[in-house]
Amino acid sequence: MAETPVPPVMPAAPPLWRRIWLPVLVFALLAIVPLIWGERFILGLVTRAMIMAIAALSLDLILGYGALVSFGHAAFLGIGAYAVAILFTHDIVDASIAFPVAILAGALFALVTGAISLKTRGVYFIMITLAFGQMALFTATSLSAYGGDDGLRMFHRSEVFGSRLLANDTTFYFVVLGTLLACFLLLKAIVASRFGRVLRGAKENERRMRALGFDPFLYRLAAYVLAGAICALAGALFANLGMFVAPAYMTWQRSGEFIAMVVLGGMGTLIGPIIGGIGVTLVEEWLAQITQHWKVIFGPMVILVAIFARGGIVKLLTRGDR
Amino acid sequence: MSSTLLIIQTLNGLQLGVLLFLIAAGLTLVFGVMDFINLAHGVQYMLGAYLAAMFVPLTGSFVLGLILALATALLVGLVLEVVVMRHLYDRDHLEQVLATFGLILFLNEGVKIIWGAAPLQVPMPQALSGTIRIADGVLYPVWRLAIIGSGLAVAVGLWLVVTKTRVGMLIRAGATNAPMVSALGIDIRRLFMIVFGFGAMLAGFAGAMAAPVLSVEPGMGDNLLILAFVVIVIGGIGSIRGAFVGALLVGLVDTLLRSFSVDLLRLGGLSPSDARTIGPAIASMSIYILMAAVLFFRPTGLFPAKG
Repeated sequence: MAETPVPPVMPAAPPLWRRIWLPVLVFALLAIVPLIWGERFILGLVTRAMIMAIAALSLDLILGYGALVSFGHAAFLGIGAYAVAILFTHDIVDASIAFPVAILAGALFALVTGAISLKTRGVYFIMITLAFGQMALFTATSLSAYGGDDGLRMFHRSEVFGSRLLANDTTFYFVVLGTLLACFLLLKAIVASRFGRVLRGAKENERRMRALGFDPFLYRLAAYVLAGAICALAGALFANLGMFVAPAYMTWQRSGEFIAMVVLGGMGTLIGPIIGGIGVTLVEEWLAQITQHWKVIFGPMVILVAIFARGGIVKLLTRGDR
Repeated sequence: MSSTLLIIQTLNGLQLGVLLFLIAAGLTLVFGVMDFINLAHGVQYMLGAYLAAMFVPLTGSFVLGLILALATALLVGLVLEVVVMRHLYDRDHLEQVLATFGLILFLNEGVKIIWGAAPLQVPMPQALSGTIRIADGVLYPVWRLAIIGSGLAVAVGLWLVVTKTRVGMLIRAGATNAPMVSALGIDIRRLFMIVFGFGAMLAGFAGAMAAPVLSVEPGMGDNLLILAFVVIVIGGIGSIRGAFVGALLVGLVDTLLRSFSVDLLRLGGLSPSDARTIGPAIASMSIYILMAAVLFFRPTGLFPAKG
């Protein structure tokens, strides 16, 4: 695909509505949720949805802007979660140590696996990322000292410089919301920077980028590492949410769900995957309340989105603007 | 590491390899000819097992039940092609992955609704339910040998169809250059449909044959699907020969390392407790390491179909 010449069309800047007002609306809604619904269940649910949104957001950087279909992204979620929980069992309970370690662990795994995976293209890339995801999963199940198949329990949430700040659900909610916002703004800045333009350029026409003197591999690897680090951060938050980690966090089905979130929301828009991540989590929960067989409804919904909703929710919302 | 165990595990590895080949054959053709990633191929295998679990007790005969199961699996495959797959041939791999992922969710849950979440058992045919002495003191179930035999027979049949018949020629041509085949006046859509339905039936056959030795349960195809993908990536996408070699390789490596990795590590000088911890992890990862190694040295697999 990369070899076909693409006519030099400058992509129009996204409409103001999508660029400014949609994110403002989403984050404003998320900010007032705890004021309207204070119940623990709702808070926990939306917190989980936002953590999934961070993971989907990180996937969008490589999927939406680099056209790299990673089918092993859940591994990073698991690595971040396990880093926090394993440190916890060794009495290192402070977030100021555990979270940076989680992020570094995710970045390191991304650096090693990315350096190998990014040598392949297309469907081989899908398969090799899947393989690395499975390796991470099997490693987790074989960690018998840390729970093996059964997973690992934490007795309380991470401390922040010695205080049990995160134990309060509302505080934790706003910490997750703040992290989501920070990641969104960071990725927005990165995508708009020279780095982001090279990444997108390599997606549109790799040969031309090479001719301009860029090495797409290094840019893709940097993006892959950054995505892995952010997803590991989501994992660290996820471990804290339920105070539990298990190998089930990194199954390939969850990686598939992340892809679904990004595509549903709208690839390469950053705000779309946030909407997709939150939307998918909430819809799953809602359907699960209706019937235990909610996947019979959710599955066809995914199929319909794949066939009909090209560009995802964001495109549908802002269709009139283009 | 006794020689008896080695013989038995080699046969078990062959059996897994043969089942993988039956699944991977359809997958690699669908992939090679249509450039279509079908994640839902694993549920076709599961469906075959469930259909056998339904039809065998219903008809009271394994052969009759198997035939009915295969016919139904073919029908389901064709219906899925018309309802879902057909709309996705011209799309990105991403959309194909997503749609067939949705299909997995739907079919896994649908199976749960129809047959319940509890595992089902399928009785094996009376005549083939015993064990046979294959060497001194080595007994092996006849049915497992029957699985290996039927899988090899299908492999030979498939090889004859693909290399000797007109349809096979079109399939090979399609895997190499589909637009050219279409330009030469072949109804490529119909070819797609045949290949897809036939691939679904082969996966169903694998499921039905495996049903008596496994417990039939929802999601049973999910892990095998991943293995089958590893197989076709190792073998080279679109190549039946590659699928065959890859399937046997993956089946043997996976089975043998699962039973001998601990012993091998101890021979390598690790302490027994370390070997017991690391062994199973290495065994589960072995085929993925194999795949990564093959891709590193031969990025398009062992027997690439596209010239």
